[in-house]
Amino acid sequence: MSVASIEVCETPLVLYTLRRADDALILGHRLSEWCGHAPMLEEDMALANMGLDLLGQARELYGYAAKVEGRSNDEDRFAYLRDVRQYRNLLLVEQPNGDFARTMVRQFFYAVFADLYWRGMMRSSDTTMAAIAARSEKESAYHVRHSSEWIVRLGDGTEESHRRAQAAIDDLWAYTGEMFAVDDSERGLIDRGIAIDPAALRAPWLKTIAAVVGEATLALPGNDWMQKGGRDGRHSEHLGHLLSELQSMQRSFPGATW
Amino acid sequence: MVAVTHNDAELRRRAWDAAAGVVDPEIPVLTIADLGVLRDVAVSGGQVEVAITPTYSGCPAMNMIALEIELALERAGIGRPKIRTVLSPAWTTDWMSQDGRRKLREYGIAPPQASRSRRALFGEQRVACPQCGSGDTEVLSEFGSTSCKALWRCRSCREPFDYFKCH
Repeated sequence: MSVASIEVCETPLVLYTLRRADDALILGHRLSEWCGHAPMLEEDMALANMGLDLLGQARELYGYAAKVEGRSNDEDRFAYLRDVRQYRNLLLVEQPNGDFARTMVRQFFYAVFADLYWRGMMRSSDTTMAAIAARSEKESAYHVRHSSEWIVRLGDGTEESHRRAQAAIDDLWAYTGEMFAVDDSERGLIDRGIAIDPAALRAPWLKTIAAVVGEATLALPGNDWMQKGGRDGRHSEHLGHLLSELQSMQRSFPGATW
Repeated sequence: MVAVTHNDAELRRRAWDAAAGVVDPEIPVLTIADLGVLRDVAVSGGQVEVAITPTYSGCPAMNMIALEIELALERAGIGRPKIRTVLSPAWTTDWMSQDGRRKLREYGIAPPQASRSRRALFGEQRVACPQCGSGDTEVLSEFGSTSCKALWRCRSCREPFDYFKCH
């Protein structure tokens, strides 16, 4: 009853583009899970809006990956017909929504990184990536602002909201190191000016994170041990469950449209 | 050759006029020309190509706009155009025409401010109420009923209103 996964020819640029597309799709999907469940109507709309931005970014990136790969794959096949081990997203973005504080801390960690990343990528020598970056950074700026304001409100709110926000920071911290990692495949793209070196984003990322967390009367963990694996397809157990929901229709009814 | 060139120019003008009349399905007082979404109309050998630039990455109105352009050109007797999506330079609300800003305000939506204002981390921006003009307003939510709008409230006339976000 189920359709087989596709094969992807992961040249460095295809892999690089798929990694960023997967980040956007998986986080966008996580946000969409809040639809109809958020603590209030305005926040329901905000989460859906941010999810929609991310979905739009994912579509452009998948479309570009398909063009670079030059085979029969397209954005839908990348999204619906790759299995867990073929997904290349950060472990951070696949972590479950948990409570609202956890969703916002995850969003905050990612958005501050994505905003710096897209602004840097506007200088990419790859004109398509530079164009996608120019659009995406306008959206990430709002995501940074929205999530930052919530971190302050939750941290400097009630005892309960403070406790939950701090727990989320402590639990998700180990997934932040992966954002700044570079492997050999990406090193070549950085040398050619197609990609930017994410290691250079760590200091400005930490500066913004520390400023907002401080304003929120919260604290950053002292532990700097970091978990990696998502970029190579080694995921937490959560991604498989997410994909089973995201892909079930296309796996069961290949090519279904409406 | 001269005649062909003249015909192409005439066709281009008619195609532009038809495409420029297409309105945003979410904000029907604004045309895609007002918004700056319509970038170019080119004619080559009788084939019309319309270039548009998407507003937000995930904006669902873009598919609708492309369809409306095809219909508008067919209605004008020009036939089916090619639609080309241009990503660069990225669309910005700074491209919105003065006429478009006025129409937005009259429609009850506060027009966008200069695009640099979105970088304020804890946004201290001033938006005038489109109903009464008061500057005594506050943001309710950065994310409104569509990707391009935020939800605000006027403290003077107590009316809630949409603000077209700068982008």
